[in-house]
Formats: sequence, structure tokens, C-alpha cells
Amino acid sequence: MSAIGKTLGSVVTLPLIWLARAVDYPLRWWQRKTGQGGMAAAFLAPNLAIFGVFVLFPLALNFVYSTTAGTNVLLSDRTFVGADQYARLLACEDYTRAITCREDLFWRAAGNTFFFVILQVTMMVVVSTITALILNRNIAGRGFFRAVFFFPVLLSPVVVGLIWRWILQRQGLLNLIMVNLGLDPEVWLNDRTYAFAATIGVSVWAHMGFYTLILLAGLQAIPRDLYEAAEMDGTPPGRVFWRITLPLLGPNLAVVLVLSLIKGVQIFDEVYVLTGGGPGTSTLYLTQYIYEVGFASILRNPGLAAAASILMGLVLVVLTLVQLWLSRRSEGKGRRDA
Amino acid sequence: MKLNTLMATVALAALGTAATAQDTTELRMMWYSDGIEGEVMQDLLDRFEEENPDIDVVLDNVAYQVIQEQLPIQLASGQGPDIARVTNLKEQAQHWLDLSDYVEDAAYWEENFGNRFDWMREDGSDAIPGFLTQLTMVGGYANKTLFEQAGVEMPGDDATWDDWVNAADEVRQSQGTAAAFAVDRSGHRISGPNASFGANYIAEDGTPAPVDDGTMAFVEKLVNWTKEGKQLPEVWVSAAGTTYRSGADDFINAQIPFLYSGSWQVANLSTKIGDAFDWVAIGSPCGTAGCSGLAGGAALVGIKYTEHPEEVARVMDFLASEEIVREFSERTLFLPAHAGIVEAGGLNFQSDDPNVPPALDRFVQASGETLPLADQLPAWKWANAYYGALVTRASQAMADEITLEEARMLMDQDIADAVENASQ
Repeated sequence: MSAIGKTLGSVVTLPLIWLARAVDYPLRWWQRKTGQGGMAAAFLAPNLAIFGVFVLFPLALNFVYSTTAGTNVLLSDRTFVGADQYARLLACEDYTRAITCREDLFWRAAGNTFFFVILQVTMMVVVSTITALILNRNIAGRGFFRAVFFFPVLLSPVVVGLIWRWILQRQGLLNLIMVNLGLDPEVWLNDRTYAFAATIGVSVWAHMGFYTLILLAGLQAIPRDLYEAAEMDGTPPGRVFWRITLPLLGPNLAVVLVLSLIKGVQIFDEVYVLTGGGPGTSTLYLTQYIYEVGFASILRNPGLAAAASILMGLVLVVLTLVQLWLSRRSEGKGRRDA
Repeated sequence: MKLNTLMATVALAALGTAATAQDTTELRMMWYSDGIEGEVMQDLLDRFEEENPDIDVVLDNVAYQVIQEQLPIQLASGQGPDIARVTNLKEQAQHWLDLSDYVEDAAYWEENFGNRFDWMREDGSDAIPGFLTQLTMVGGYANKTLFEQAGVEMPGDDATWDDWVNAADEVRQSQGTAAAFAVDRSGHRISGPNASFGANYIAEDGTPAPVDDGTMAFVEKLVNWTKEGKQLPEVWVSAAGTTYRSGADDFINAQIPFLYSGSWQVANLSTKIGDAFDWVAIGSPCGTAGCSGLAGGAALVGIKYTEHPEEVARVMDFLASEEIVREFSERTLFLPAHAGIVEAGGLNFQSDDPNVPPALDRFVQASGETLPLADQLPAWKWANAYYGALVTRASQAMADEITLEEARMLMDQDIADAVENASQ
């Protein structure tokens, strides 16, 4: 190392060493007084404080809002109504028919979200797994394709929504291609079925790169000797996939399931730009409902929006716990099978 | 010695700058634009600052959606800009600064803007909350060139909604446009037509009346026209809730021969269409009870939470002066809401576009044709409750999610909910 390098190194490292020495004594003193538990608390305290201020406190505040009514935001101007907002959201004569519910739009949004999550998560897992399996093979241009599949993840959801609206709108790219092929154009975003399918497709397109990456990491962690042994035994490829790849990919698949499930329930921005929740309310999902009721509507109702978000959060927690339980089971089973 | 002199000079300069900064009051004005009015306002504010070097007005140009969605949240939490341009006037009246004690001549304000103060102040209040930067009138536009190319004669002054939609549909079939017409996705926009079909929103005690047959008459037509492909579905069907959507861009792109929007679009159409085609303003088509549009406007209001009410009033006094209102109206092609200017007339609207003067004349004429309900709505505190319910439920009926009967029942429910929530 040159003299200049050494000097620069000293300039950077010396203050750090002095700083470490300066905090050394108080830390040792604290450890002597409180033991290891106290040390852990000291290091966790700043994070807990930040978490408390920016997550726990707003969560509690949101709960308080959900027990009040009125159009004002200031809590002092709101009336305490207890569980009325929850009762209003949950009041239904027939839960299979949204129109019979007191807050029919909430149930329409909940129903849409439910079907969206089921279909989107299934498609996301299947497509991401297939893509990861292909990209894990020794194909030409593998690095290029990995980048291509990951690229949409880098885009802003609003940009994703706009790009696909330009493609799917009445005078969009897709209809242009169809007309040039001699086919009749379709109003993709004004047809309920097409619009719903479009939100699923666009969402999978936008996020699959991230999940593919997780699965690819899992595939590369599977020991090669297992495949070599299977090959020597003459095991058919399908059996290799079901008996080796899939069980050992279990933990990664569980992560993908949980993350895509949470993301699916929270879907908002790209759909809001793409369809605006229409046609009618065919693509109105829970987050947009909460946004509309709490912020966008001329006569907003923050209490109702808060109650809806608490209910959505509870459902999300339950779903996540179920997913985690299932994934732990599959992880244990996978180990035994392997 | 030289160094000392230099340091002393720098110190003095710094002190001077600090003193100047301290003496200048900064005011923030939240502003949105439909057309070129943001540029005109900036120009006027520059002139104000030249005459009043102690006040610096920062014009924050924002999207209309910010005014609709973010400003109300700021106001509800006791914050906001010092001055804002708003259209939701009555609903948020409790947040406007009462300028009565601050303006130079309250009598001038009462005389020239007083007839519209009730639109923007709470019931029973005598506050001076601000002034309308423009008076608007809801009404229609037709693409004259497309009608001529199709060989379809434009319906006359007393033509009905059916006449206009059928004629525009003939143009659609002949010229291959995407649809015959579009009405902006807005409860405000369809309330004039509703009045034309005999709607009455207001009960005797001033609360919302149940949705009546008059309201449903036009809503049913609009729903059916949309299902038949005559109304452009992208405007109404492709959104949920109360989201506002305008059909102006589709009219500008010659995708529809007939647009129902309002007078505030004149400058926008003139600027964006240029000489691509000729267009005319047609006022409001007729229903069974009349041919009514609906008046409205954007107002410049002081915000109650400002720390500089005197300075806000000085800016407002300048912008509300007869000379400035006249110039603003002439340059932006907006109808003025200043009684003195309206009475004196002779506005010299600054546009070379031959489509503009007759369009403005037509809107002035339409403002004298409104029905009683339309005249009451701008000052009625529950108008927004009605508007929101109309848009949400009519859109669902258009998308075949609910029947018109169900839509009517749900509109009543929504309006009752909104009233109950606002009363708590």
C-alpha cells in the first residue's frame, strides 16, 4: 500500500477506532449491570422506538378512528360510536349477494379481492416456478432472460398501469394488432370478465420477476448430487421434479406464497390506473374501496375506511398464519421425503 | 485593512438580505388549471408583487385531483395553503377565512360578488369567504365539421336530449367515431339535465328528498344510451365510486361528435383543437320540464388557518378588483362572476379563434335558461351527497351490476348515509 493509501486509511479508520473505544466503557458498564438481556434491549430500543412511532401508533390511531364517526379528521371533532362502523360493514341479509349488504360496495370489493387473490397467487406461483425452472437450466442467453423477467419489477406500479392501459384501451396496441390481423377489436377494459382477467395478468407480469428470483435462489441451493444420484438410478424427470425439486423448494415456495398473498390483498396502484375499479365495480378491490371511502369521495367517511382496513388487516393476519403453518408442515414433510 | 473592509461589507450585505427576507411575507396559493389560467394568474401575481414588494405569493400549480382529494384532508386537520382555488365551495365552507374585517372595502365585495357568497359560506353565515374566479355553466359542444361531413343537420335550439343523441349517433355511424357522445362522469354535470326532466332533489325542510321519477328519467336514458354504445363507455363505466372523468379529450381527438361538459372548457378546446375542426357550444338540450344547465364556478378563497390574514386580504383585494377580474376573464375566456362587469358588458375576450365568441355568447344565454332546482343547487349543502350517489350507482347500472330499481334504492341509501355521517 502506498504512503498516500496508508494516510487515507488512517484518516478513515482512526476516528472509528476512537469512537468504538469511547462507547466501549459505557457498554461494558451497561452489560455488567443488566446482563445480555439488557444489552439486547439497548440495541433493540432505537428500532422499537421507530417501529412504535411509525407502525404501532398509527395502527392504534386507526383503531380509534374506526370507533368514531363524522367527516372531520380531527379526533376532537368526531363522535364516538363504538363498534357501529364494524356492524355496518358486516351487516348482510345474504352474504352471497352483495346488494343485500348494508355496505354493498365493501362486499363487492371483498369478493373481488378474494377471487383476485386466489387466481393471481395460483398463477403467480405456477408461472414463477416454471420461469425459474427454465432459467435454472443451461440455456443460451440465460443472464439476458433473467434480466428481462426481472425488469418489470423495477417499474413504478403507475407506469405499469399506464403501459397496459395503452395496450388494452379501445385504440390501444392490442386492438391495432387484431385489426391488422383481420379480427374484430374488443373493448378489453370495458368488459367485466376481460378487465378482471387483465388486472390478474398485469399484476403477474409486474411482480413475477421478484418471485422468480426467490425460486431461482432456492433451485440453485439444491445439492447437485441428488440429481446425479437420481440420474444414475434412471429416475424419470417428472419424478425428479415431484420427489426432489418440489420438496426442497418448499421453503422458497412458502415465502413466495406468503409474500404474493399479502401483495395480492394489497393490490391497488396499477389496477387504479388501469381500470379505475371498473367496469362498474368489477375490479374494485379492498384497498381502493378504503381509499375511496376515506380520501377520494367528496363526502368521505374516515371511520368506515379505518374499520374496513382493520378488518382487511385481520383477514390478512389469519391468512398469513395459515400459510405459515402450511409451509412449516410442507417443509417438514419435504425433509422427510428427501 | 482591505480584508476588514471586505468582511464588513459582506456582513452588512448579509444583514441587509436577512432584513429584506424578514420583511417579506410569503403566501402560498394552491391553484389548478383547466386551460391557460395558471399562466395568467402567475402574470397577475408578478404584477402584484412588483406593487407590493413586502408580499411574495408562491403559486403552487397542482392537479385538480389534489384540490379534490388532498386539500380537504389538509383543511380537516387545520392546515393548508393561505389561498386556494376550489370548486367544492359549500361543503368546505367552515375552512374559509372570513375576509370581512380585512378587505379594504367590504361594500365593494358585497355589491359585486355578494349574490354568490351563499355558494361558499355556511348556512346562516354573513362571511366574505372569497370570490368566484369564474362563473361556469354546464352545457354541450358539437363537432360542427363531423356533422357537416356526415351530412347530418345539427338539432336546433329547442332540441331534446333524444334529438341530440340520435343526431350524434347518425354522425357516429357515418364517420366511424368511437361513440356518439359523452357526458362528463360527474353528478354535477347530470344534475342540469335531471332538472330538465323534472327532478327535485330538495325536500321542503331543506334536506335531501328521495330520488324521484324526474331524476331517474334522465339517469335511465343515460344508462340505456351507454349500454347501446351511444355514450362512450370509457368515461362512465371504466371507473368505480365517485371518480371524476371528463370526456373533453375524446371530443378534442374527434372521437365523439357531441360532448356535454361546461363553459370552462372553451379555452381548453380552443387551445388544443386549434383549426383541426370547427366546434360550437349548444347550451343544454331539453327534457320534459325545460332545457336547463347548471351554474357553478371555481372560487379563490382565503384559508382560515393562514398566519397572515391581512396579507391574504391584500392579495384578494388586488385580484378581485374590477380591472383585474376583467383582464383575467378576457385572457382566460372565462365568464366573470363580478356583477359590475356583467352589467357593464363589453368584455373583449382575447382569442383569434372564431369558435370562441359564439361559444361564450351561447353559455351566457344558457345561464338565463336554468330551472329553479339548478339555481338552488350551488348553495345547497347536500348537493354533493346527491352527486356522489348518482355517479356511483348509475355507473353500476351501466355495467349491468345492478338494475335501475336497485340503483334508485341504493342512491337513497347512499344519500341518507352521507347525511347521517356528516351530521355526526
